[in-house]
Amino acid sequence: MTNALETKQLVKKFGGVVAIDRFSVQIRKGEITGIIGPNGSGKTTFINVLTGISAMDGGRVVIGDQQEKGGIKAWEVFELGIARTFQNIRLFEQMSVQDNVLIAMTKRSPLAALFERHRDIHETLVKEVLTRVGLYDKRRALAKELSYGQRKLLEIARALATSADMILFDEPFAGLFPEMVRVVSDILKELRAGEKTVVLIEHDMAIIRELCDRIIVMDAGQLLAEGMPKQVLTNPAVIEAYLGV
Amino acid sequence: MEYLIHIAIFSAIFGILAISLDLIVGYTGMLSVAHAAFYGIGAYATTLLLKMLGLNFFFALPLAVVITMLVALLIGVVLSKFKTDYYALASLGFGVIVYVVFQNWLQVTRGPFGIPGIPRPDMFGFTFVENVAFLLLALVVLACVYALARFMVRSSFGRILTAIREDETAISVFGYRTTSYKLIIFTIAAGMAAIAGGLYASYITFIAPSAFSVNESIFILAIVILGGAGSLRGPLMGAVVLVLLPELLRFVGLPSDIAAQMRQLLYGVILVLLMLYRPQGLVGTYKL
Repeated sequence: MTNALETKQLVKKFGGVVAIDRFSVQIRKGEITGIIGPNGSGKTTFINVLTGISAMDGGRVVIGDQQEKGGIKAWEVFELGIARTFQNIRLFEQMSVQDNVLIAMTKRSPLAALFERHRDIHETLVKEVLTRVGLYDKRRALAKELSYGQRKLLEIARALATSADMILFDEPFAGLFPEMVRVVSDILKELRAGEKTVVLIEHDMAIIRELCDRIIVMDAGQLLAEGMPKQVLTNPAVIEAYLGV
Repeated sequence: MEYLIHIAIFSAIFGILAISLDLIVGYTGMLSVAHAAFYGIGAYATTLLLKMLGLNFFFALPLAVVITMLVALLIGVVLSKFKTDYYALASLGFGVIVYVVFQNWLQVTRGPFGIPGIPRPDMFGFTFVENVAFLLLALVVLACVYALARFMVRSSFGRILTAIREDETAISVFGYRTTSYKLIIFTIAAGMAAIAGGLYASYITFIAPSAFSVNESIFILAIVILGGAGSLRGPLMGAVVLVLLPELLRFVGLPSDIAAQMRQLLYGVILVLLMLYRPQGLVGTYKL
């Protein structure tokens, strides 16, 4: 199976604190890869480095069949076929639900964007994506007017709307009602069925067991274990570090 | 009647300034306090092209716009390094620098003495001497600026600007080079301010640095916030209200020196009240 993404000796420091420490992993194409680890183990920092929000301090990243990269700029991430959601929801609050999703689809070049009117082109995809998360009726509401769960779903819809090959989800299930959990986990399964690559940061082991093809365990910025859920979750080192028993 | 026309012309000029500043502040979320600098550069450039090169106003104005946009591009590159409060402070710095240049570059601007005798616009032998004619010209220009601004904010480009205002980091992950967007809108808005400057110079027929001070930048910002940042009708309405309001004070019968101070006081009080009770402005929806 080919890799969608590979990191080699990735390092990220915040001052004297090493948040990601010589971290080498492979994310396989068309799979759901779970990232687990205690709070502060570097999971979100890892995603932030991959999406150019934090600059890496060392190591290389290989995305798909692209050249090795020693750094990623945020605006390159879309061209590399990657989309993400944020642990602390980051919507465009004072914009409509529909506009939040449209941002993921419109022309990136300023000149092309200037002459683009969304009505003609994107209506179908907006409808499809918002219907998928049950927010089509709310498309004219402002993002800030949505409930917590709806906001999480809108973030997911926005990521889906990019049609990216790989989506990084940072705790998408946190704080969701059971029926919303079902919607999100169905979406992840559909992405996998459509041969998209999914990276999922999650604390709920039942969800991890149900969804993930492979798991990466982080501890203090390092790779503690990786493999199939059955193997990893019964690994004594993982149980000690993460589950604390 | 002549008095009303005068007020209308000023409302149109400040309408252009406010709409253009709103593209920077209200739509893109960059709190710029440098707008009067571009208003001034436009006014001086138009004046010098009219008086020194003897160009026709309708050639001089576009040239002045280009000159102003080039300066704005340079300033914008530096400003793009800053965000939030630091952006405001850095833009204030540029506002002061440009004002000091107007004051001290005596060979070109004549400093505090100003430049008198600026001709009124002239088109195919028709000179806009009458204020009614000038008002029509100002309204046509205002309509063009409004239409251009509307075209921009209603396109995908406009939506991207608003998203930058809301969360620049989040939108950059979606593949947008936000610095380019911010530079482009800053430069275009400066060009619009230059148009207002050219109109002002040609209307008053005299310019001096005091018309383009930091106070003036704050006044334009007050118009935007009062009317409603992030909308196009808001700044227009704000311009009419804030140009008209101090004129009403004249009819209260205060001595002129007190009236001038009352004007400043009134602006201050209105802004404080507005921030307290209606932070989105008269017709806006966006809260700074």
